[in-house]
Amino acid sequence: MIFDVEHETMPREELEQLQLRRLQTLVERVYHNVPFYKKRLEEKGIRPRDIQKLEDVRYLPFTGKQDLRNNYPYGLFAVSMENIVRLHSSSGTTGKATVVGYTHRDVRTWASLMGRCLNAAGVGPGDILHNAYGYGLFTGGLGAHYGAEAAGATVIPMSGGATRRQIMIIKDFMATAICCTPSYALHLAETAGELGIDARSLPLKVGIFGAEPWSESMRKDIEARLNIKALDIYGLSEIMGPGVGIECAEAQNGLHMQEDHFLLEVIDPVSGDPVAPGEMGELVITTLTKEAIPLLRYRTRDLTRLESTPCRCGRTTARMMRVQGRSDDMLIIRGVNVFPQQIESILLETDGLAPHYQLVVDRKGTMDTLEVRVEINEKIFSDEIKGLQSLEKKVQGAIKEFLGVTATVKLVEPKGIERSMGKAQRIIDLRKEAQ
Amino acid sequence: MKVDQLSIFLENRAGRLAEVTKILSDTGVNIRALSLADTSDFGILRLIVSDFEKARTELKNQGFTVGRTSVVALEVDDQPGGLNNILAILQAENINVEYMYAFVHQSSNNAVIIFRFDRTDQAIELLKKNNLTIIPGQKLYSI
Repeated sequence: MIFDVEHETMPREELEQLQLRRLQTLVERVYHNVPFYKKRLEEKGIRPRDIQKLEDVRYLPFTGKQDLRNNYPYGLFAVSMENIVRLHSSSGTTGKATVVGYTHRDVRTWASLMGRCLNAAGVGPGDILHNAYGYGLFTGGLGAHYGAEAAGATVIPMSGGATRRQIMIIKDFMATAICCTPSYALHLAETAGELGIDARSLPLKVGIFGAEPWSESMRKDIEARLNIKALDIYGLSEIMGPGVGIECAEAQNGLHMQEDHFLLEVIDPVSGDPVAPGEMGELVITTLTKEAIPLLRYRTRDLTRLESTPCRCGRTTARMMRVQGRSDDMLIIRGVNVFPQQIESILLETDGLAPHYQLVVDRKGTMDTLEVRVEINEKIFSDEIKGLQSLEKKVQGAIKEFLGVTATVKLVEPKGIERSMGKAQRIIDLRKEAQ
Repeated sequence: MKVDQLSIFLENRAGRLAEVTKILSDTGVNIRALSLADTSDFGILRLIVSDFEKARTELKNQGFTVGRTSVVALEVDDQPGGLNNILAILQAENINVEYMYAFVHQSSNNAVIIFRFDRTDQAIELLKKNNLTIIPGQKLYSI
């Protein structure tokens, strides 16, 4: 099911022509309408007419989250407030919140891009979408909501919380699809179990999960426990919200990016230079069509790589491979780069362990220490100390082998690790607090 | 002949053990025997209780991870060499004791010891053959 055949299957050459035209218009627009960008462009000695080919994007200045914070709330808007019909805001968990605005056309574009995503996931007319993303300032809830309507599906505006009730609604309303965070999907499966309901018997066929990083093995776990196809969706409020890219149900291999609206680059997070095609680096996005708050070369901090080989679903858009972590979530432990997802994969490959874990990083003297807390469950519980200790050693050995880091592994009681409603808190870095 | 033992995973932090005993007290379950094995970060509490199912259901509802293990309760002569005789019999047949602990009450004039063997069924056969007194679960729960 392809929502916009013209743009989603456009020959690459034609797509690049369209991107260039849009990029030139964009630079012209921000130069004249956003004082922040005018100043940045002038500092670099760049005039809008200097952008002659797509590769020239690299001469444009980067935009970071801090720039949005510094211009809080409306400093980066390119239109007057009379033209803004909606505001959203990021949670601000890692600092001051950021605000984004949408014009009437932005809201429509967003709905249609999210509609593309849902169709790519196989969700369309006749489907009932249980939308468990939070409704409110967070872009997830409303983004998925309007997308579902654009895709012609029936939407249940559930929002977050009241998990037991959610299970009843999914069951009674015969929801065929669900949108939520991947950790909440697992929480739903667990809660269903507690209610004596086999989560596999729920009517759901497909799940669209995003808003937090997850791994391939977590996908397998969700698919097995809910008996659904689990797809990864990508988006960030600064760029638009959910709907920037999604995996297609056909290939389930990389997220098709809406390149007619977003110009993508992958750069070395330290030098800022582009990496070789297909190499891993930080994703940088330029919004080509956004009216209210267009951004040049936004640094997403997401580490990934782009794949441009044709996909069997027929779309010609580049695919972003699963996000491997955040350039700012990356832990450096005794000089070794460690991403939480790598630990998660190891846990899921260990028999019986659930992906409920927490990493505690500390420093003893001059040495960094890593403690991996893993929840116990009945499958692995043994009444003999040596059984549990050998499990701890097994995980410790795998971490050492695959990541080259010595970690202590500690079993903790179930639900000792905060999760469910929002994003699971995966990392506690005590080194920062000590500094 | 086997006895159901309840095993509970406990994080090593203050007050956690008391939470278990509080739950059992509130549900009216009596503890018949117990042993606590621990490491620096977790412990395993092993209990023989008056009502296994009731205790297990309630502890699970309160979020504890619990397991069931089959153990053997044996009368042991309360005199020098009493335990040694039994261990010698087991050793001769290469049956290992994973762990053991003493029962709170006495049965007649003998001590009662709870054993966890690596091969429970063979151990029971062997003990019976040697005319040792095994206390069945039902009797033990109500002592």
